[in-house]
Order: sequence, then C-alpha cells, then structure tokens
Amino acid sequence: MKNKFSARRLEESLFKALMIACALIVFGSLLMIIGTIFTRGIGSMNIDMVTKTPEGGYYLGKEGGVLNAIIGSFILTIAAAGLALLISLPVVLYINVYAGKGSRFAVIIRMSLDFLWGIPSIVYGAFGFTIMICFGITASLLGGIITVALFILPIMSRAMDEVISMVPRELMEASYSLGATKYETAFRVITLQALPGIVSAVLIAFGRGIGDAASVLFTAGFSDRIPLSLLQPAATLPLAIFFQLGTPFPEVQERAYASAFILTVLILIISITARLLTSRYKKNIVQ
Amino acid sequence: MDGKSLLQVRDLNVSYGTTPALKGITVEIPDKKITAIIGPSGCGKSTLLRALNRLLEDGDDVSISGKVLVGNDDIYDARNDVTQIRKKMGLLSQQPYPLPMSIFDNVAYGPRIHGLKSRKMMEDTVRHYLTITGLWDEVKDRIHEPAARLSIGQQQRLCLARGLAVEPEIILADEPTSALDPKSSQKIEAEFKKLKDRYTIIIVTHILRQARRLADYVAFMYLGELIEHGPAEQIFNHPQHEMTREYIQGVIS
Repeated sequence: MKNKFSARRLEESLFKALMIACALIVFGSLLMIIGTIFTRGIGSMNIDMVTKTPEGGYYLGKEGGVLNAIIGSFILTIAAAGLALLISLPVVLYINVYAGKGSRFAVIIRMSLDFLWGIPSIVYGAFGFTIMICFGITASLLGGIITVALFILPIMSRAMDEVISMVPRELMEASYSLGATKYETAFRVITLQALPGIVSAVLIAFGRGIGDAASVLFTAGFSDRIPLSLLQPAATLPLAIFFQLGTPFPEVQERAYASAFILTVLILIISITARLLTSRYKKNIVQ
Repeated sequence: MDGKSLLQVRDLNVSYGTTPALKGITVEIPDKKITAIIGPSGCGKSTLLRALNRLLEDGDDVSISGKVLVGNDDIYDARNDVTQIRKKMGLLSQQPYPLPMSIFDNVAYGPRIHGLKSRKMMEDTVRHYLTITGLWDEVKDRIHEPAARLSIGQQQRLCLARGLAVEPEIILADEPTSALDPKSSQKIEAEFKKLKDRYTIIIVTHILRQARRLADYVAFMYLGELIEHGPAEQIFNHPQHEMTREYIQGVIS
C-alpha cells in the first residue's frame, strides 16, 4: 500500500515539475528575446534612431535613424487593420447572427478562414504583387495596406468569431423579444457585449501585421523617406531590421537590434493600451 | 369569457429533428389573468412559451406547425412582421440577462429601436417603468451605471421594466424566479399580481406552490402534451385527469 502511494506521489510531483518547467520555457524565452535585442541594440539606441530618417550612408554606418520605418509601419498597419476590421466584423456577425449555428454556409466560411490563416505571408506578398501588376500599381503604401489587410483578415476574423460565438443566446433572445431586428441586435447588443474581445482580436491581428516582413517585401517596397501619399513606397520596421542585419558592418547590425527593440516596445505599448481600453468597456458586460 | 381571448394556440406541434416536443397543443389563454404552465421538467413548458413569440424558429432543426393567434394575426404567418409580434410580448427568462449597457439604456433600448426620439419623453418612460417595477428608488442615483452591477434580483426586475417599456399586452415568464433568492422572488411575484390587471401573464413554473400563489388559470403539461387546463381552483382541487392529480399530489414530479 505504502509503496503504491509513494509511486503516485512521485508521479504527481514529476508532472508538476514538468509543467512548471514548460511554463518557465515560455516566460524565459520572452525574457531572453527582449534581453538579447536590448543588450545587442542598446549601443546604437539614441534619440536619432526614432527622430531621424536614414541620411546619406546610413547603411554604411553613418548618421540617421529609422523614423521612416516607424511611421511607415504604423500608417500601413493601422490602415490594414482598419480595412480588415471593416470586412471581419460583418463576416463574423453574419455567420453568428444571421446564419444558424449549423448552417452550411457558416461552416464553409469558417473553413475558408482557417485555410487562409494557414497560408504563409510570403504567399500573400506574391499574391498582392500579382494583383498590383494587374492594376498597374508599383510597390507602394497602398499595395502594402491591401496585402497586409488580406493577410491579417483571417486572424482577426477567427479571433472575433471565438468571442462572438460565446455571447449567450439568451442575451440575443432578450433583444429579439423586445422587437429588435437581427441588425439591431448585432450592432447594438452583440458588438457591445463582445467589445473587449473584438478589440483584442484587432490588436492580435495588428501585432501580426506590424511584425511581418514577407507580406510587405514586394508590395510596400522600401524608402528612406516618410511616405506622403498612398502611391509612394513605404518603409516598414521588419524590413528595416532585415536590411540592416544584411549589411557587413557591425554598427549597422547593431542598429538592426535597436530597431527590433523599438518594434517590440511599440507592440508592448499597443497591447498594454488595449488592455486598459478594454477594461473600461468590460464593466458593462454581463458574465 | 365573452368573445375571443387575445392569445390562442391552435394545434401547435413542435419537434426538434425527429423528436416531438409539443404535440397538438390547443389552448386559449384568458386575458388579463395569470396563467401558469406547470409540469415536470422536459415536458415542453419552456418550448411552448418560446413558441409563443417565435423565438423557436431561429434554433437548429426545429419544425413547427399549427397556429398561434394574437388578436387576429397568426404569428407564424410569414406575411406578419416578427418584430411587431414580439413587441406585443415581453419575455422574462430564467436568468436575468441585462443588455451590456447602463440601467437607463436597458429600459430605453426597446422604445429607442421603436422610434422614440425625444430625450424628455425617454426619461419619463424610463422613470415610469422603473417605478412600476419598484426599482426607481433603489437605482435613481446610479441610473447611468452598468446594469451588470445590480444584484441578480434587481436585474430581473430591470428585465421586467425593459420588457414593459415596449408596451406589450402579454408577459411571458419562463421560471422567472428560479435564479433568485426568496426575497427577490417574492418581489417578482408581487409585481405579477400588480400587473395582471393590465397584462395577460403566462408563467412557466415547476414550483407548484408558486402556481398556487399566483395563477388564475393553470395548464398542466406532460411529455409534450397538454393534459388538462382550466381555472386554478378547479385544477388544484378537482383535477379531472389522473396524471394531473398525481402531479399535484406529488406522486410524480
């Protein structure tokens, strides 16, 4: 008896230790990534990095910063996330409110979204590029926005679908029984109830979009200037990191780490702001 | 009863997939009285209630036949506007589900979607219905706070106020006190007694004592069939059917 008991206790503590170890790997890799880019980039971190665009010979180690890429990334991803939201929200509301739960159409849409999710971003880049050629557009902010919007659309939609499908059926019925139409229920009740989830879906998609290099490589191009129109090429942080890492000069490579650090901090700021914003809306939500 | 009553059910059949849930229900609900639908769980009482304002058609795999007449309109007639039909019936569910907005906006939601614009009139409406449900004095200082912060009993009365604000003629209540503490339940029951002069109330309950306290008219259901219905006094004291007698005496439950 005693023996068996201790074997079970051993099993229990062994698995507990394993699970804690796995959790530590997750947290540890986060700390190590931030630590690495911080220690390797800190030498090049200065105010010029975030306030100046690359000046002559920047990629050879001379003066300047990556303001072009910071602004480019921001404009491009905000516009792309906005565009993706305009498509995601109606799609998700349609499959949850209008189409019944077992509807074949809803199943097809969800399958398509899952499939689109699995397509690598470089393929979106190539696809966007092909479309742009058809319309005679060269690498530009506009091309990048459309491509990134397509790339993050399935991510946003599926994340939204998760939360909107959790809205209690009784809440929808409460609205219907007051004589509300499906449209009124969708936009005045369900969207409010799911708002924190919708905001986080948009931000997850934003985070994926702003960090992706392959989708913007051919479509947005790169430029040392801040884009002034939709048809000008725009620099993005992932590509700035890529190009700087690719140079043979250690001081420029160091700047790549500094740029990576900037990108990571920006994403952190966005995700923290989002959490603060959503907690303001959470108070209305019925659990 | 002179003339036809407002709400009539005629040969209503509902099945989920191939499983029948309601079998040939025909009943006339007396106006401006409390009708209790009683019966053991799974007997179809909630299904019947939900069929009355067409909430069932949205579920998966439901087939419905028969008629539900409100006045002269058959609610299952495709030509009738479902939102106008539902507007005539307030629904109170087992769990209160306040809308994700403030107390004020919860009550204002119905009138607003039906076109009430004037701010002054809206304030009067909200105040009126919160007063009717005895909530006004409790919430008047925090009317713009989220409804989710109210206690569950207050939430249920808010849901009642919200339903009344669209000026229905019928109130449908699906075990409206099952999630509440005894004190809050008592308040809801008292509300119903006050409201029955003006509204036709149908309450689904599995609490026999509640039915005895409230009901003027009782319908007993068993396994999807309406076994017996009649004035409360008759059903409770002189049930005609063996099954009704057994249920009332607690032999079956």
